[in-house]
Amino acid sequence: MSHSPATRPHARPLSPHLTVYRWPATMLMSILHRITGGALYFGTLLVAWWLIAAATSENAFNLANQVLGSWVGLIVLVGYTWAMMLHMLGGVRHLIWDTGTGLEKDTSTQLAWATLAGSIVLTVLIWAGYLWLGA
Amino acid sequence: MSDMRTPLNKVRGLGSAKDGTGHFWRIRLTSIALIPLSLFLLGWILSVGGASYGEVRAALAQPLIALAASLFILISLDHMRLGMQIIIEDYIHGEGAKVTLLMLNIFFAVAVGAASVFSILKIAFGG
Repeated sequence: MSHSPATRPHARPLSPHLTVYRWPATMLMSILHRITGGALYFGTLLVAWWLIAAATSENAFNLANQVLGSWVGLIVLVGYTWAMMLHMLGGVRHLIWDTGTGLEKDTSTQLAWATLAGSIVLTVLIWAGYLWLGA
Repeated sequence: MSDMRTPLNKVRGLGSAKDGTGHFWRIRLTSIALIPLSLFLLGWILSVGGASYGEVRAALAQPLIALAASLFILISLDHMRLGMQIIIEDYIHGEGAKVTLLMLNIFFAVAVGAASVFSILKIAFGG
């Protein structure tokens, strides 16, 4: 089917879209909130595996601990912790917004950075505490 | 047939998506419940990090831990099922793929929940 000159598609100027904006903090945190939510979704498989192993046998439990305690496992667990902290603080941010406060441009940007900073601080504290408790 | 319900009663709580704010409310409700539960369990996991098979099982068999862990898992799975539903509805536009993924989402949550809670109960009831 041929287009008449009036309807022929050609390059028209488009309004700026996602790819041309410098990412505002709120956009970054919105995307990270969704990504960490998705990661935590599949992370439940690790929790289920660990629990099933604990309910099955000492060998199964030791294998799970060995895998989770390897350096790859530890990287995943640190990432898991960070995802959980970020998603939790992001959730608190949403609960604050639900009350109708904190939606101003400056405040929401500060809240977004606070969520990111808080998640990193909490993750460091949790793992420092874990090492300090002498695992 | 005559219907005794008033028009207002029929639409109360129903938006065009047929479930009004139910989904929104439930995701908020579960998120609030998960804050204390996840912090409590995080503390517990830190305390049993590196513990032996017997120690972990003994800890999991304590009523408070078994209850908190079960609640955490069930509420987490409900929360994440709701969240993943939004992600699927946002990005998957083909009707067949969407319905299939929405079903798999529920199956996944129920399967992970059943396996996890069964394991906790088995340990708690001394199996």
